[in-house]
Amino acid sequence: MAQNNFLIQIRDLKKYFYRERIFSSDKKPIRAVDGISFSIQKGETLGLVGESGCGKTTVGKSILRLIEPTSGEIIFKDQNISLLGREALRRLRPHMQFIFQDPYESLNPRMKAGEIVGEGLEVHRIAQRKEKDRRVSELLEKVGLHPQDALRYAHEFSGGQRQRIGIARAISLNPELIVADEPVSALDVSIQAQILNLLMDLRDQMGLTYLFISHDLRIVKHISDRVAVMYMGKIVETGGGENLFQNPLHPYTQVLLRAIPKLDPSRRKEEALLKEEHGPILPDRGCLFQPRCPHHRERCQIEEPLLLEEEEGHLVACHFINLIITKRSLKNVLSLVG
Amino acid sequence: MNQFLEKKPLLEVRFLSTHFFTEEGVIRAVENVSFEIHPGEILSLVGESGCGKSVTGLSILRLIPSPPGRIINGDIQFDGMKLLELEEKEMERVRGNEISMIFQEPMTSLNPVFTIGNQIMEAILLHQGLHKIEARKRAIEMLDRVKIPFPEMRVDAYPHQLSGGMRQRAMIAMALSCQPKLLIADEPTTALDVTIQAEVLRLLREIQREMGMAVMLITHDLGVVTEIADRVAVMYAGRIVEYAPIETIFGQMRHPYTKGLLDSIPQLKERRRRLNTIPGQVPNPMNLPEGCKFHPRCYLMVEECKKEEPPLFRVNGDHFSRCIRWQECY
Repeated sequence: MAQNNFLIQIRDLKKYFYRERIFSSDKKPIRAVDGISFSIQKGETLGLVGESGCGKTTVGKSILRLIEPTSGEIIFKDQNISLLGREALRRLRPHMQFIFQDPYESLNPRMKAGEIVGEGLEVHRIAQRKEKDRRVSELLEKVGLHPQDALRYAHEFSGGQRQRIGIARAISLNPELIVADEPVSALDVSIQAQILNLLMDLRDQMGLTYLFISHDLRIVKHISDRVAVMYMGKIVETGGGENLFQNPLHPYTQVLLRAIPKLDPSRRKEEALLKEEHGPILPDRGCLFQPRCPHHRERCQIEEPLLLEEEEGHLVACHFINLIITKRSLKNVLSLVG
Repeated sequence: MNQFLEKKPLLEVRFLSTHFFTEEGVIRAVENVSFEIHPGEILSLVGESGCGKSVTGLSILRLIPSPPGRIINGDIQFDGMKLLELEEKEMERVRGNEISMIFQEPMTSLNPVFTIGNQIMEAILLHQGLHKIEARKRAIEMLDRVKIPFPEMRVDAYPHQLSGGMRQRAMIAMALSCQPKLLIADEPTTALDVTIQAEVLRLLREIQREMGMAVMLITHDLGVVTEIADRVAVMYAGRIVEYAPIETIFGQMRHPYTKGLLDSIPQLKERRRRLNTIPGQVPNPMNLPEGCKFHPRCYLMVEECKKEEPPLFRVNGDHFSRCIRWQECY
């Protein structure tokens, strides 16, 4: 790849946590993120989806270096930022921002909305006093709040309004990349839709690039151009949003999609999705999903599948994709006949 | 159409109002709520945070913290008993025995210092008068029933040793240990991952069928409702605004709030650029608007809606809507 439009490229990112134990010498780390690579083009939205504990938040925080990755390269606009020192990182911060899940915990209750939104402008010496106030008013209006709201404290706002403040803070420095970690999960359904619309509007107006982290496949599908599915610290499937949802190839992605309630009472799920949990859920070797996989074979216990390109831009980590595809098309044929 | 309607209801709630009297003012959390649940039926109370769905559940079990809360009006009939008139001692015999409740967060509702077995046995020993050894056997049976592998081992496990899905199963085992006639499940799968949620819902439905138990499912998630409910009561600002069988709610809803909720959910099939939203936000319960409580956010609003609160109109048979323009809403 000589010339590309990638805003950010991640190569073999790892983040291991070591348990601190007093009485044992167990040095086996928890592999929260275990060798992940992906890239996001300028203006693109990549949805990172997975269940709790799969490492998706750790990925989001690592690439902004809010936590230090164990190893791997993070290339932001042709610059490897994984080794940058504090000062250089501080200068880079305005370009990459984070939106947190919980608008109740991520805003300081002792600060007024205006102070929260304007803090970055002041810290990075972009605007002071009058000019800052003017910019804050603009930002608040941009996210659908009133300029007068600048004088109210964070706790006086509802959840959806607080998330708007969090978004105003994130866009205050005209960032290029925003990592949004479950930005609507804590909100009511009717408010979720408002915030999703706001995020999409801002993307179009400001040319933003998003890494959108969520456990909710409906929401990820709605907002993302491409999607990466994580399981136990690894990406198991990635592809264009539409394609991945129409034609999921990894058994885990298929299970995730089938697990979503369909909003149609005539299509209730009656059959089990996963194998029953028996022994340990995390195997020592082989495919990590194999203990719960409905299609697993002997080979899955021995050899770890690599993330390989199956169709253009559609990568899957599974030994038996062909088998699964055949099985499924057979089922389709049978359902047509029967 | 509805196989439950011929039977006599197991639970009948009539004009229930529960208010909280705080220093800042009165919160009318539940106002004139009426519904019934038939034996073997799953009724879902669905709505957004603060709509009064949980308070309704707690009111039935008389678990409203008082002060500041008080049931100020209403009648709750359960299996021939008037629950609001029972002595506290009699009510204790109903709770956990004839009516059980499971909560959203299994980690906070299980006691971390007792084993799962001990906690299941507690209710059995209290209500069923079984011997300790028999109670333990029953606890193991219940764990097996909720499909926890190796129940003989897991009965001695502490809550922290189980995964989230397993803990919720253990909670269900505990709630069902006395074979209640009614289970009140308050957001039973909200804290769980989608794959685990699907498993727990399937299990709940299976056991409910086997035992012929009635369930009142409290949730904010219309997806969960579709997977499991027979009938649905949509709540908004302390009131039931629409009340109908499940197929009707998803096919022919007749209240603008229900429609708004359904439209806010991103679809998996089609790709729409923008989501339809309900403008504004849920009103402050201490300062509810006059007239129809939904009117400030409603696209069908007319002058009349601001003046008088609409009654529940009968759309047909067992479908009700609290909207004067229900005929224009679809």
